Amino acid sequence: MSEMWLLSGIAVMVLGFVLRFNPLLVVVAAAAVTGLSAGLDLQAIVSAFGKAFNDTRYVSVVWIVLPVIGLLEAHGLQERARGLIAGLKGATTGRLLTGYLLIRQLSSALGLTSVAGHAQTVRPLVAPMAEAAAEGQTNLTDDEREHVKAMSAATDNVGLFFGEDIFIAIGSILLMVGFLEQQGIILSPFQLSVWAIPTAFAAFLIHGFRLWRLDRRLGQKEAGQ
Amino acid sequence: MIGLPFVYILAGLTFLAFAVLSLRDGTNPKRWGNGAFWALLALSMLAGDRLGDFGNGLLVLALVAIAGTGQLGRGSGGTTPEVRAARAAQHGNRLFLLALVIPATALAGTFGFEHLPGLVNPKQVTLVSLALGALLALVIGLAWLRPHPAAPLQEGRRLMDSVGWAAILPQMLASLGAVFALAGVGDVVGQLMSSVIPEGSRFGAVIAFTLGMALFTMVMGNAFAAFPVMAAAIAVPVLIRQYGGDPAVVCAIGMLAGFCGTLMTPMAANFNIVPAALLELKDRNAVVWAQVGTALPLLAVNTLFIWWFAF
Repeated sequence: MSEMWLLSGIAVMVLGFVLRFNPLLVVVAAAAVTGLSAGLDLQAIVSAFGKAFNDTRYVSVVWIVLPVIGLLEAHGLQERARGLIAGLKGATTGRLLTGYLLIRQLSSALGLTSVAGHAQTVRPLVAPMAEAAAEGQTNLTDDEREHVKAMSAATDNVGLFFGEDIFIAIGSILLMVGFLEQQGIILSPFQLSVWAIPTAFAAFLIHGFRLWRLDRRLGQKEAGQ
Repeated sequence: MIGLPFVYILAGLTFLAFAVLSLRDGTNPKRWGNGAFWALLALSMLAGDRLGDFGNGLLVLALVAIAGTGQLGRGSGGTTPEVRAARAAQHGNRLFLLALVIPATALAGTFGFEHLPGLVNPKQVTLVSLALGALLALVIGLAWLRPHPAAPLQEGRRLMDSVGWAAILPQMLASLGAVFALAGVGDVVGQLMSSVIPEGSRFGAVIAFTLGMALFTMVMGNAFAAFPVMAAAIAVPVLIRQYGGDPAVVCAIGMLAGFCGTLMTPMAANFNIVPAALLELKDRNAVVWAQVGTALPLLAVNTLFIWWFAF
């Protein structure tokens, strides 16, 4: 039963997020609780966390694109993106995001996962375009504006997640090949990656359907006014 | 060979610039907090390998202390919408070309450096290409738009301040995953899951696997951490060995069931919390809520796919 104490860190995480403490504090508390219940002393926990933090610095490298994005935004990139969409007849939020979903899935399936992303494309281009299209459909309330922006980020995630596994050299595929090899099951990356295709189609249909419904909701409001 | 060390130096210098500009930002009442936070991150990028494990751990605690006690603020200022609209009209659609320099360089680098062996570390080619793309776009932008030379860093610092502490949350959660692994949390969860599989029900076992992948991914924020645990507890012994399921189908689609979990958790901070900060949304979980409607039906579809295709 004492093993169950190892799960106390998970409980801290859930509780911390529910009670809306600062997530950085919650993470450190969860690490401390987990380490202590595994019998580590505080110095060992701090060292283990420090080593892992140093080894995962590549996760925070993406912020180097901010000076360019900032420069472009100061020179009107978002305004231009809005202007372009406002000038297009028939551009709706749903159609625009469905097109982006398709491009993101196809490029991820070719292994081009870093070509787009929240800092590179969603904030400077996709979200302002989706917002401009929605403004053409209805008088946006604040909540609707938030939802359109959130759906822009969501569409990027769905496109990335359910495209990238079709590419044979992506991390998750290589992880599975390595794990199965340890279990005595030999598979090639290609045998695994083809089975990502059915789910990719399902993801496009489900998320596309939701975007179509978003359009109906935004469009209908205009007719009601 | 160019690799991560080059990228880390570039990132370190960028954060150092953010730190200096934060300290000089008179409009930010908490400029000392911001300055210290970005300076510590710059130190981590530039000299992390020389600080030692315990030193890096103390650095993390200092970062958390600054953010956790609310010492990060935001300054005012920046360009007005009128100025930006005027500039947008002046520069036109060529702004898009400049915006596309980063992805285009990342694309060209990923394929191009393959043909120049020995120049770039092949394992890190994507990050190196992204960094080169950012540099190239910056040089072109400075030459074409002719802003004040400090303007890109100043605008970048402004965006960075709007992201705030969320900037290091993904890295923190990745590190927490390492501590969980060290303590053996995965083994306990695996035992727990394998004890709840209904005896003799193939479909029940499939559900336990996909649901377990999604739930444990939500806890860890990462399907990579959940997969070895759930596969060792359920997929290999039960679905593959006992019921004779096709390992390619079970594993490939099981991983995607985990990705459905990634869509539904604040723990996957770089996908779910960071964009909420970047887009300046009021609810920091707004992206998670927007994704639940796609993730739940897709999780059900993945469960059915394994049931249909694997046996």
